[in-house]
Amino acid sequence: MELLRVEKLSLNLEGRQILKDLSLSVKSGTIHSILGPNAAGKSSLAYVLIGCCDYNPQCGKIYFLGKDITGYPIQKRAKIGITLAWQEPARFEGLNVKDYISVGMREKKPGLIEESLYHVLLEPKEYLDRGVDKTLSGGERKRIELAAVFAMRPRLVILDEPDSGIDILALDNIVNMIKELRRQGTTVLLITHREEVAEIADKTSLMCSGFIVKEGTPEEVGKYFKEKCIPCPTHLYPEEKDKGKIKEKNDTRL
Amino acid sequence: MIQDYKYMLDAYAEAGGSPEAFKNSKVAHLVVHRNKVIGEHLVEGLDLKPRETASGVDIHLIVRKGAIIKYPVHLCFGVLPKEGIQEINIRARVEDDSGVKLLAHCVFPNAVRVVHKMNADIEIGNNSYYEYNEVHFHGFEGGVEVIPKAKIRVGNNSRLVTNFSLLKGRVGYFDLDYDSEILNNSSLEMTVKIYGYSDDRIKIKEAGRLIGKSSRGLIKSRVVVKDNAQSEIINELVASAENARGHVDCIEVIQGNAKARAIPIVNVTHELAKVTHEAAIGRVSKKQIETLMARGLEEEKAIDLVVSGMLK
Repeated sequence: MELLRVEKLSLNLEGRQILKDLSLSVKSGTIHSILGPNAAGKSSLAYVLIGCCDYNPQCGKIYFLGKDITGYPIQKRAKIGITLAWQEPARFEGLNVKDYISVGMREKKPGLIEESLYHVLLEPKEYLDRGVDKTLSGGERKRIELAAVFAMRPRLVILDEPDSGIDILALDNIVNMIKELRRQGTTVLLITHREEVAEIADKTSLMCSGFIVKEGTPEEVGKYFKEKCIPCPTHLYPEEKDKGKIKEKNDTRL
Repeated sequence: MIQDYKYMLDAYAEAGGSPEAFKNSKVAHLVVHRNKVIGEHLVEGLDLKPRETASGVDIHLIVRKGAIIKYPVHLCFGVLPKEGIQEINIRARVEDDSGVKLLAHCVFPNAVRVVHKMNADIEIGNNSYYEYNEVHFHGFEGGVEVIPKAKIRVGNNSRLVTNFSLLKGRVGYFDLDYDSEILNNSSLEMTVKIYGYSDDRIKIKEAGRLIGKSSRGLIKSRVVVKDNAQSEIINELVASAENARGHVDCIEVIQGNAKARAIPIVNVTHELAKVTHEAAIGRVSKKQIETLMARGLEEEKAIDLVVSGMLK
């Protein structure tokens, strides 16, 4: 069953086209990765999908379970089960981990906050009362963000670069947590620039310069990414490409 | 008198205080309504002499050399009627090798035209600590003028902490002025948290003079103003001794037509001293709000959560 469908989405920000006629279909109960180099528009896509106020698409439609949600504000999307774990999560003075995680919990199941923290390798006793503030390292804050979406049990979670800032020792746990989300019925849209992270997905879409350029299994798309995208000058110098100094090569894009 | 005492403690409880403390013989306390001392209790090591004046109370507080007062001294000041004036003059001396923590609740639940002034002169000896926490509870008329002034001198190897919060009810007019001098290896930590709205006016001036070697200072302000409220914060840290270190941290959040001003003054006159500052004025961060909205909170609730956390 199709959970999310995006049709010909375009986004311009400050005179620059970020998303260009982007279309995407995500099946319910799957992990769908969006793989792409820096500046491909991946995070912008996440902000459009979640409904951030500065990311209103100029054209295109977003459907969730067949319903047009393009005009829904962020909190309405959250209430129907869409959320985002931010690449660089905000910090909150005076708000502790326990309260932060519980904000999004639809069912106040005892032990769920602790379970969520265990999944990201954080000891609840040590973290529940800590502030979600600048005393946390980047990696700790990131893990708490992932624990918060885990506890929320959304229908669709967008994970924006969930591995960034996470040390190698904890990476396996993050991957297991993502799989656990799927096992529990949450569909995961996994945004990453690393093909080894995208590998855990059921399906991968490759994004470049605001387009989806290829879709397929993670292996197929990962191989294509390594062979074609990494050496591509569009990837290395996106600003130059925008100025037309580097010609786009059809064979590396489509 | 008994009735006043009961009402004062009711207001005290509403302000977040714990009235049970006034029944505990191990806890020193002082309750002052307008210019009347209506309750007092002392513990060993602490001298606390209140003297009623025409408009308030003069308090002479001494923590004897070597005395560590185990439980916080509970103070309750207030004016219960709609109108009145209360002037509290405090002379406090914390002698060497001693320490005390004070918890003051100032309650003006019905104020329409009430003035509360406090003038404190505080001397902290060597190897000692003094912590003063003041919590205000005002009514919703906005008819309170609160004018606390303090001059504080901190000896060597000692610690001064002040926390002021005014989060319940209308601020009215508020004009705080604390000035402190810190000697060798001693530290200062001053925090003010205030939530102003309607046409409240807030002025805060906190100064720390780090004149001792390796002295430390932190001045922190968290102020939220909304509607037509206005705030002005002057935080000053002067470091004039070797290895003195200080930091000023001021955040003001504005909503509606409110206006906020922050003036951090950082003055360093010794090459081995260092003072840093950060000040931010503006609305609540959009990213914070959107993060909470992405968990399902309405915008207004998300703002409330961010603001209440900041003032916690």
